[in-house]
Amino acid sequence: MFNYTIRRLLFAVPTLLVISFLIFAILDLAPSDPTGNLPLTIPPEVREQIRISLGLGEPFPIRYLKWLQQFFIHEPLNLIEQWFGVSIGDSENRLRVQSWATRSPVVDLIVERMPQTLWVVGMSYVVGILIAIPIGVISAYKQYSIFDQVGTFISMVGFSVPTFFTGLVMIVVFSSTLGWLPSIYDTTHKVTDLASFWVQVKQMIMPVMVLALFNASQLSRFMRASMLDNLSQDYVRTARAKGLKEKVVLLVHVLRNSLIPVVTVIALGIPQIFGGAIITEQIFRVNGLGQLLIIGIQGADIPLVQTLTFIFAVLIVLFNLIADLVYGMLDPRIRYE
Amino acid sequence: MKKALVCTAVAAGLFAGSALAERGADGQLNIIYWQAVSILNPYLSGGTKDVEAASMVIEPLAHYDEKGVMVPNLVDEIPTVENGGVSEDLKSITWKLSSGLKWSDGSPMTAADVAFTAEYCLHPEGGCQQASNFNDVESVEVIDDSTVKVNFSVAKPFPYGPFVGAQAPVIQKAQFENCMGAKAPECTEANFGPIGTGPFVVSQFKANDVVVYEANPNYRDEAKPAFSSVVFKGGGDAASAARSVLETGEFDYAWNLQVDPEILAKMASAGKGAVVSAFGTSVERLMVNMTNPDPALGDKRATIEGGPHPFLTDPAVRTALSKAIDRQTLVDVGYGEAGQPTCNVLPAPAVYASTANDACLGQDIDAANKILDDAGWALGSDGVRVKDGVRLSILYQTSTNSVRQDSQALIKQWWQEIGVETELRNIDASVFFGGDQSSPDTFQKFFADIEMYTNNFDGTDPEAYMANWACKEIPSPENQWLGDNMPRYCDAEYDALVAQMAVTAKLEERAELAKAMNDMLMQDGAMIPLIHRGGVSAHANTLEGVRMNEWDSELWNVADWKRAE
Repeated sequence: MFNYTIRRLLFAVPTLLVISFLIFAILDLAPSDPTGNLPLTIPPEVREQIRISLGLGEPFPIRYLKWLQQFFIHEPLNLIEQWFGVSIGDSENRLRVQSWATRSPVVDLIVERMPQTLWVVGMSYVVGILIAIPIGVISAYKQYSIFDQVGTFISMVGFSVPTFFTGLVMIVVFSSTLGWLPSIYDTTHKVTDLASFWVQVKQMIMPVMVLALFNASQLSRFMRASMLDNLSQDYVRTARAKGLKEKVVLLVHVLRNSLIPVVTVIALGIPQIFGGAIITEQIFRVNGLGQLLIIGIQGADIPLVQTLTFIFAVLIVLFNLIADLVYGMLDPRIRYE
Repeated sequence: MKKALVCTAVAAGLFAGSALAERGADGQLNIIYWQAVSILNPYLSGGTKDVEAASMVIEPLAHYDEKGVMVPNLVDEIPTVENGGVSEDLKSITWKLSSGLKWSDGSPMTAADVAFTAEYCLHPEGGCQQASNFNDVESVEVIDDSTVKVNFSVAKPFPYGPFVGAQAPVIQKAQFENCMGAKAPECTEANFGPIGTGPFVVSQFKANDVVVYEANPNYRDEAKPAFSSVVFKGGGDAASAARSVLETGEFDYAWNLQVDPEILAKMASAGKGAVVSAFGTSVERLMVNMTNPDPALGDKRATIEGGPHPFLTDPAVRTALSKAIDRQTLVDVGYGEAGQPTCNVLPAPAVYASTANDACLGQDIDAANKILDDAGWALGSDGVRVKDGVRLSILYQTSTNSVRQDSQALIKQWWQEIGVETELRNIDASVFFGGDQSSPDTFQKFFADIEMYTNNFDGTDPEAYMANWACKEIPSPENQWLGDNMPRYCDAEYDALVAQMAVTAKLEERAELAKAMNDMLMQDGAMIPLIHRGGVSAHANTLEGVRMNEWDSELWNVADWKRAE
């Protein structure tokens, strides 16, 4: 298993390099101009100067190599310096990956955005799992019952209605009409006592529920299918024949075995949490990583988009590996040697 | 900190009793801009949202008020030729700062800071986005601590580019000294929290998300600002920003509400807030191509060498096209509060607005038909007018945008009623306005008969703007299609007016010249103006003091904003 992990990690290095090159090339070939959104009153000579000051005067390979150097050498060095409070080499003049729109280091922006994305999107994932597993189990155990039919209907609706619609409906009902919940998320809010915690809960309810509904619809279907597969297996009949209680049969034997594929699906979905939920973050103005990415794309902020997409790529490669390893741990039949 | 406390205590002691209002008495102000703020240094960002967010902190020497009139801000009076502030040869302007100005950190603001600001923006490696405000500046001299003189390389009849308006505020020398040129973008701390003289100071900034301000303890008016803190939230879209002010009441002020007029009116009927608009110089217009865009001409397409346009050079056709348009309907359908019908390409400020062309306001299909009949354009069997084998068939292009496509459809219908055939085309805005040399679809190349877009000018002086239609500004392959004279209009008389304006200093005479130029363009039909476009914002009913301004930052007088009783 250890050898397998090392081998996979080594394979990941060339994969990620190719990915980083592809992202850079695609962004470079795309017709976008960082000065395109500026008012018409800014004359062309000034625009040209702006482009040159952003480093666009240099050829493509040089810009790519510079980005590689900044991302793989300068950023980690900077991180080490910050953690241990030491300075390595010429840290004053070391150029980090800079966003074109904010003129600040991209990594700092990402670190600043991380908390709200992890809280809101991460929480929605947890809530989604907590809703999905019981629904999936009961739906499978009582297949074709009214509960199963209703559950199927709701998950179909949750899966097919887009989040920008459910989000808006919730705002119209709970913010505009009833006035119970805020429609705009306050990212500067700090939880210090019970009252401020309640404020935080109130502003999180809508975005979390919108996303949780979407996640739960998907996961509950996986859970149900996996349970159905296992319920008809021989070992279930054996367990019942041994005289085990139905509760034990269902929750210990069947559930544990059915969880194996579901856990894989959950692990593979985790990178999406970091990717943020672009649309939901926009609607409720959670302003996390998803919103950062979309603003970067709209403003042709290439270094920001490049770095963010690349970090997502790293996470996806990493969680694919983790999913494989978890699979091996949960299921003794699978061994990587 | 201790010093600041003592200062506040002394100030409080001095003014207790005399002051009617108290700084910070009205609590928190919530502002929402649906485009989030990226940076608080306007010299590194041309975006309106960034300029306006910074305008609460750093200030210019003079503002434009809501009527476009210059008002002194950090000075006691506006320098003019009459008061000796502007030299007789129009090549220099001398500003005298008010006494006792302080930065928010307590240090005195001096002429050295003003001179430094110009140096910062003029640095060739800095990529300063407001460089056009500092056009032709040769040097900025510090005469003494409170006097600064700007020297221009040419005579400048309107020397108010540098340090006037939200786009050219004064920054602190001590803070930005080590951030010149190529180092400018690396000074994140300074760019995210400039020290200013304005009513507020930045206390927290999350790029592309939110800015939190606090009242400036050293602001020059002890009673202002009324709010102790401001939350400036960004992100999302215009409609939901409008909702947060007009329906849910979570925010006090929302900016730039480009929302369907019907939806906005419905939100406003909830009674929590008011929609306000203000008009600057933006005009949505039809540009008429005076040259021939026929693809058969190859490289000479849409250039003077390619020859005149087969039918748009006929004044009767241009007049008829304008007469057939119902501008009020275009406003009602697409613009609502944000538009007014106009017959001028230069509709504001008021001193420059001509009234000579107002006849275009009413739609008159019959008159338009008669003009074409009289000019010899006879209706063909297919309903399209023809003369000497030339059909009145127009290719009409604009950028992709739902309001523009609605306008196109309406205009096409009206033109059909006068026997003109129209083919509509829309091009993605980033391509249309992008200026890519290799693309045939840019607004400069104008490979069509008519094109529609909006343009405006910064500040209140139309000199540079009106010079856009001089002969030498015609885009062509020789100047890489860089030029703003899209109609390819060329008239020696017009060029003479442009030259005269460049040496005239008196405001009244300048106004006469600008009006004459506008009237020439309109009466010659080089452009068909449609709609005078304004900005639309909304504020809560509990917010008082908003004076919506299109000439400067919308937040130019935020120091005077307060809670309604």
